[in-house]
Amino acid sequence: MTKPKELDSLEQVAGNGLLHRRLFLQGGAAALAGATLMTARAAPPDVPASMKMPGAPMRGYGERSPHEAQVARVVNATPGTTGTGGSRTPLESLEGIITPSSLHFERHHSGVPDIDPAEHRVLIHGLVERPLIFSMDALARYPMVSRIQFLECSGNSAAQNNAEPPQQTAGGIHGLVSCSDWAGVPLAVLLAEAGVKPEGKWLLAEGGDAASMSRSIPMAKAMDDAILALYQNGEHLRPEQGYPVRLFLPGYEGNMNVKWLRRIKVTAEPTMTKDETSKYSDLQPNGRAKLFTFPMEVKSVITSPSGMQTMREPGLYQISGIAWSGFGRVRRVEISADGGKTFAEAALDGPVLPQALTRFRMPWRWNGNPSVLMSRAVDETGAVQPTRAALIGTRGTAYRYHYNAIQSWNVAQGGAVSNVYV
Amino acid sequence: MFDRRLAIAFVSFAWLACAAAQEGPRLGVPATPEQVAGWDVSIGPDGAGLPPGSGTAAAGKTVYEAKCIACHGVDGKGQPNDQLVGGQGTLRDAAPVRTLGSYWPYATTVFDYVRRAMPYVAPHSLTADETYALTAYLLALNGVIEQNAVMDATTLPKVVMPNRANFDSAYREPRKR
Repeated sequence: MTKPKELDSLEQVAGNGLLHRRLFLQGGAAALAGATLMTARAAPPDVPASMKMPGAPMRGYGERSPHEAQVARVVNATPGTTGTGGSRTPLESLEGIITPSSLHFERHHSGVPDIDPAEHRVLIHGLVERPLIFSMDALARYPMVSRIQFLECSGNSAAQNNAEPPQQTAGGIHGLVSCSDWAGVPLAVLLAEAGVKPEGKWLLAEGGDAASMSRSIPMAKAMDDAILALYQNGEHLRPEQGYPVRLFLPGYEGNMNVKWLRRIKVTAEPTMTKDETSKYSDLQPNGRAKLFTFPMEVKSVITSPSGMQTMREPGLYQISGIAWSGFGRVRRVEISADGGKTFAEAALDGPVLPQALTRFRMPWRWNGNPSVLMSRAVDETGAVQPTRAALIGTRGTAYRYHYNAIQSWNVAQGGAVSNVYV
Repeated sequence: MFDRRLAIAFVSFAWLACAAAQEGPRLGVPATPEQVAGWDVSIGPDGAGLPPGSGTAAAGKTVYEAKCIACHGVDGKGQPNDQLVGGQGTLRDAAPVRTLGSYWPYATTVFDYVRRAMPYVAPHSLTADETYALTAYLLALNGVIEQNAVMDATTLPKVVMPNRANFDSAYREPRKR
């Protein structure tokens, strides 16, 4: 019954029970059935209640099952406010690469404004031939593009700078990253209509919130792949994602993707706003700070199993997680189950898209002993996700932003999963 | 000029070759100078666009204690929100204290940010004089300017922040493809 190929696929490829990534991809079911120690669950009644009467009516706008109500963002507001701060995507509760719009992370600096699209306008001015005002109706007439791309706050995972590892879920630590299908109008088309003057090398993007969130964007990025996003996962943006229009800059740190966009001013130099100088700048151990570190570096995190979860029993599991890079596609992800002594390559769900979350998977036979799981991503530029020790060693712990080190999860005897520094 | 049909053929080819080169329906409405002036509140390091008006630290202290102290504490010492004063000499420490006095590179940023985002519960409510005065107060508390210095559209851009020289831009222009 068991074919030689399946036997091969169950061979260990790295230390402490990591199995070949093809196990789950080809002939997997048969091999899995023979290999697992899954205990039989109590069977449901032969004819459940749901089959004995008609179900609920249709509805105009769907809601998730009430059985999933516990899946929620981790909300942390700044003291004295309700709308400022961040809420994190529960990464450990999600699969695939698309983040449901309702669970997309939030990072606001003065709450979520309520904007009527009929009243909203986008002004393009400054070093342009023709200052122009665009209504939302007008923008809807422009050619659009749609792309599946991640968005990550550059302050994501910052608690990993703490002396002691924060004991939270994967989302609680790393959940300031989400991935959506964003659709909108290429900014280059609108800038061309306004006519950028040769000395216009930067632009200031300003939001219509109570913080007037403002960031300077290089003209090269604006002309390359920036869009004025109007849609997220097929429907108009959610208010907390910038309704009715936000800037979207693929791969760049989240804060620059200005929500509730109302103004673009073309300038010769950066405006040096508060949120690109006093915040979102990177202080190094020598006292010098870096401005304008825009792309988010290669990164990954195992979401299953992950922090605060418990593995019930020894046996065959699928390690699963997400990887991404602001510099392009994820080339490969390597997994270790022995604290980094040995690594093996995980399978990547396709298609692997540039600047998008990429789902990786790896079969693992847990023998019930303490184990440390790690994932290490490599992007198409060859950049390798660093260890925490290497990252902290060069940047110190006051750097605050752009933390992208390897995440280690400890699986204790008994199955409790916790955050560890290795 | 191009023959129109040739131009259309060229545009069609460009559409296939490069989505970013698309042509839009050109629906932007010209903005009048008055409209632009009403929206354009951002102030860069050169101070261009700073409004008329002026203020001193003494006037700023009055505004601060009425509108800012609840979040930023007595004399800008912080709590429950950001500390605004002090921290000079801590930037190489394990726990550096980043305030506008110890860290911020440009004084114009103080005016720009206060005017558009503060006080937290009522942004865009301060007058130009109040904003200059608050800026003067915070700069004087940090020892960046004299207590009696007047901040206005001429003097503010000339203020050199203590940490100005310690920033480097990490941005590099991409090479032309």
